Amino acid sequence: MDRRTFGKLALATGGLTLWGRAALAADWTAILAEAKGQTVYWHAWGGDTKINDFIAWTGAQALEQHGVTLEHVKLASTSDAVARVIAERDAGQTTGGAVDLIWINGDNFAAMKNDGLLFGPFAEALPNWAQVDVLGKPSVLNDFTLPTEGYESPWAMARLVFEYDTARLPTPPRTLSDLAIFAGAVPGRFTYPQPPDYLGMTFLKQALYGLLADPSVLQSPAEGAAYDTAAAQLWDFLDALHPSLWRGGAAFPDSEPAMAQLLADGEIDISFAFNPGRASAEIAAGTLPDNVRTFVFDQGTIGNASFLAIPFNAAHQAGAQVIANLILDARVQARAQDPALLGFQTVLNVAALPDDQKALFANLALGAATLTPEQMGPSLLEPHASWVTRLGADWTERYGVAQ
Amino acid sequence: MRLGLPASARIGPNATALPSDRPAGRRVTLSRRALPHLLVCLMALPIAAGLWGTISLALSHPSGRTAAFADLMAWRGLPRSIALSVIPGFVATAASVWLTLALLALYSGSPAFALMRRMLSPLLAVPHAAAALGLAFMIAPSGWIARALSPWATGWTAPPDVMTLNDPWGIALILGLIAKELPFLLLMSLAFWPQLDAPRRLTLMASLGHGRAMAFVAAILPPLYARLRLPVFAVLAYAMTSVEMGRILGPSLPPTLSVQITIWLMDPSLTARPIGAAGALLHLALVLGALGIWLGLERLGGQFLRGVAATGRRGTALDAPLGALCLGLTGLILGLTFAGLASLLLWSVAGLWPFTAALPETYSVAVWSQAGRDLVQSTGVTAALGLIVALAATALALVLIQSPHTLALIYVPLILPQLAFLPGLSAGFLAIGLSDTLAAVALMQLIFVLPYAVLSLAPPYRALDPRFAQTAAALGASPARIFWTLRLPLLTAPLLTTLAVSFAVSIAQYLPTLLAGGGRIETLTTEAVALASGGNRRLVGAYGFLQLLLPALAFAAAIALPRLMFRHRAAMKGL
Amino acid sequence: MLQIEKLTLSLNGAVMIRLTATIAPGEVLSVMGPSGSGKSSLLLALIGALPAAFAQSGRTLLNGADLTPLPTAQRQIGILFQDDVLFPHLSVAGNLSFALPRGMDRAARMAEIENGLSAIGLAGFALRDPATLSGGQRARVALLRALLARPKALLLDEAFSRLDAALRAQIRQLVFDQARARGLPLIMVTHDADDALAAGGRILGPMGDIITL
Repeated sequence: MDRRTFGKLALATGGLTLWGRAALAADWTAILAEAKGQTVYWHAWGGDTKINDFIAWTGAQALEQHGVTLEHVKLASTSDAVARVIAERDAGQTTGGAVDLIWINGDNFAAMKNDGLLFGPFAEALPNWAQVDVLGKPSVLNDFTLPTEGYESPWAMARLVFEYDTARLPTPPRTLSDLAIFAGAVPGRFTYPQPPDYLGMTFLKQALYGLLADPSVLQSPAEGAAYDTAAAQLWDFLDALHPSLWRGGAAFPDSEPAMAQLLADGEIDISFAFNPGRASAEIAAGTLPDNVRTFVFDQGTIGNASFLAIPFNAAHQAGAQVIANLILDARVQARAQDPALLGFQTVLNVAALPDDQKALFANLALGAATLTPEQMGPSLLEPHASWVTRLGADWTERYGVAQ
Repeated sequence: MRLGLPASARIGPNATALPSDRPAGRRVTLSRRALPHLLVCLMALPIAAGLWGTISLALSHPSGRTAAFADLMAWRGLPRSIALSVIPGFVATAASVWLTLALLALYSGSPAFALMRRMLSPLLAVPHAAAALGLAFMIAPSGWIARALSPWATGWTAPPDVMTLNDPWGIALILGLIAKELPFLLLMSLAFWPQLDAPRRLTLMASLGHGRAMAFVAAILPPLYARLRLPVFAVLAYAMTSVEMGRILGPSLPPTLSVQITIWLMDPSLTARPIGAAGALLHLALVLGALGIWLGLERLGGQFLRGVAATGRRGTALDAPLGALCLGLTGLILGLTFAGLASLLLWSVAGLWPFTAALPETYSVAVWSQAGRDLVQSTGVTAALGLIVALAATALALVLIQSPHTLALIYVPLILPQLAFLPGLSAGFLAIGLSDTLAAVALMQLIFVLPYAVLSLAPPYRALDPRFAQTAAALGASPARIFWTLRLPLLTAPLLTTLAVSFAVSIAQYLPTLLAGGGRIETLTTEAVALASGGNRRLVGAYGFLQLLLPALAFAAAIALPRLMFRHRAAMKGL
Repeated sequence: MLQIEKLTLSLNGAVMIRLTATIAPGEVLSVMGPSGSGKSSLLLALIGALPAAFAQSGRTLLNGADLTPLPTAQRQIGILFQDDVLFPHLSVAGNLSFALPRGMDRAARMAEIENGLSAIGLAGFALRDPATLSGGQRARVALLRALLARPKALLLDEAFSRLDAALRAQIRQLVFDQARARGLPLIMVTHDADDALAAGGRILGPMGDIITL
């Protein structure tokens, strides 16, 4: 999406917000009343205790403040929840569905939105929406270039950062080509999660940013010659890189934590995560050596937002909206950003918050391995969701059947 | 319990059944005979419905009724993926069968065997995922073995870049499968053992100068294998189907067919799920084909062994090398599995544990305290489900074993790959609005737990001396009184064992729980597998440990209770 | 009086038993034959517990009533097997109480059990675990248990073959005496000539042929 389209969109949504504000306040009271006593089933990836812990804590707040019980349904993959909703639709279940809230973004969001599987629009009617940093963090409105149009509500900002152990690797490679040179020089010490894993796909997209002369094609659907040329460059790069990967590219870790474990086990020297605070939190928990540090490419790294969406047939849509709103509360956002607890960056416009809430963020320590905002460099936009779909399928076609 | 007579002395499966030529008895006879049949039909119904649902899904591809099959056939990974399902399945099954038979032949009755039996029994209750995760940490290049030997013996300061895990030949997968299937086959054999009059036959053959292996082949193997055939089929089908083992230990480029099918079925796109269903049907055909091939190999093997036995060779020289091989292999597998499970526990309290450190450098109970609430909750759900399912399965098993046809039919859910009918079945639960409830999960689990309950209860039930019931009837006791005051108390130990087995099997259920519970019914196993995909060893360790603890408590109770209840009855002290 | 009329048992088409006999109260009929000749099946047929694999014809009358339609529990025929078949989960008293007619009160039960035990020389054994008794003691408890059920006839299936010679004669005599005292018709299946001679009654083969020792 170019800047102009984005401007129009911001205006449009801003207009909606102003237009509906008074009516919304009354609606919100009704939603709160309806939500009281509901149990909301939040389907979210369950592979990280820190995240699970944060969700449990949020649940305690929801119960205390709004009488909403939050149950975390721990998923191995977000697509499990999507499959579940599709199965319900296929079985004709249009109300009382099992999934109330999904931690979602990217291609899963695109698939559900295009299939009409989402409830909404609701996000911009949430009382706390006003504090979201719509201008400073445009990806809260555009999920992999697809306008969210209120069908999902952001709750955390994510950035791709690389992690490395300074004891084994004093100077990390800060460009894609340096990374390839490092891999070739020390074979077997780098890898990436196997696409179509979420983080694995992010690595492919990051690689495209480093390979393409004009990365702006990534913002359009992956079609025609633009896709073919870009993909060809990516495959050339990977063909050369794979032999020097961990296990010679004959096996890949299957997820972010699996790759993180490889770094902790000393099987690889460079890992990466979609959370700038992850390494600090792990060091604080004593599960990573304290000489682990993070870095980003000079060019910048991909950033995006994590969202919450409500399926069209969710049994507890009121309760789900209450949770989506609660998680935008400054106190909850500050807790998520605490590197000792989770390290997720806030979606709020901190500068515009009241002073007492601003202080919540100002008082947070950075964490041993977390980069300062200045060191973070530019945030690169997520490509159009169709890139994930096509690259994932083609990667699997090309490399998924080794030998 | 020494209640049974040798099989030859037993008169019939149901000695109290009334002869059908007596008019007064006919009504009773009919209902008592019909009930088990009815129940077997009820069990078959969900499987048939699930299969039908899977077929419909396979035909629902948006681009045409056969498009899913065409897409499946066009997938480049298919040949290799099929090979990865079939070959490790066959090798693991053959190796488990061979090890079981060799252990029985060479060591039955010895103290080493008793020790191995005691060590293998708890492994039966270990969920596949936990065993696989433990094993993975043992054999990985950065695993426990490498850590213990580095750097002093190996010179490694960083893990070597070798593929001891997820290897493209499926060796790690085979090892994991054997670790789980060997205990099952061995314990099934031991259940049939009393019917075989083995010690006397072996002694007789020994007196004729036969080595133990030869004696076993000639005198025990034919009747034992006839009884073991269905359990072996179940093992072969399982080995070809296991999703958890394939995911954790198997290769990924491409993965085994069953793992790939699960990936397709879980894919949100409209085209992937029909391909998954088509794959599930192909997989079903493969399993059936493999069973056919196994039957053929079985016949050839039988001819060969009969030929060997007919030569009259004593084969005394065979015992020592065979013994060393099978003891070594069993010891290796047992050692790896137990150490792997111990490593899970250790990881759950580990702080920093970098490579080359044989033990964690720091310890922390953070995982236990952070996840405490979840752990308690999942443990409660798991135990409650397990208890309900175990009680229902044991009660149903008591009814089902009255029918002589039960034993073959009960294997259907074990031999048909779960993947073939679970997707259709969970869609059915959704359609009748039973999805996501404890009831749905309990019903779904029951389909898979009941076979094990019947397998566990049938041998002691049928070995119960029919003269107890005959004597009691002649003393004027009604069938109901005989059942409640005689059969049940006499079967206390086997009944409790059946409860414990059912409880353990219920705890280990992954796919059925996931699909019927919609992810809302969180058991230790669904949680552990979800976490395992995340690779968090500390958390998986905590869940894995609890997964082991629950069945262990159940088995301990099954052993201790009869001893306590019958402490004044010398002949009732249990097994 | 026990009347067996043309009772024929066959298994897979082969006739194993063909018998007609009348046994008067207190009389002992011995049935002798080699093992595998179906003698035990005869007794199972008489108590109504013949496995379904057997084909059966003819009929049996006890004191004039046709037993054929009755289930085992209503036939009032006691049986003693080669083993004593004491129920291992019950005490001696529990085993005996199992046989007593339902509806007796507890005191009456205990009294009858104590009296019975005294009569067979086992006074004070009521609370013992059957597994702790000697072979002779177990055999006596088994007999007493059969008698407490008030049978109208008694069947013995090689009932003494597990006992050693001295004990065997003693228990045998006890059983015969008790049966005679109660006027019970008694059928004894045995392969042992001593047993048959000691019984003093007729001796028949499985096909109804008269055997003279």
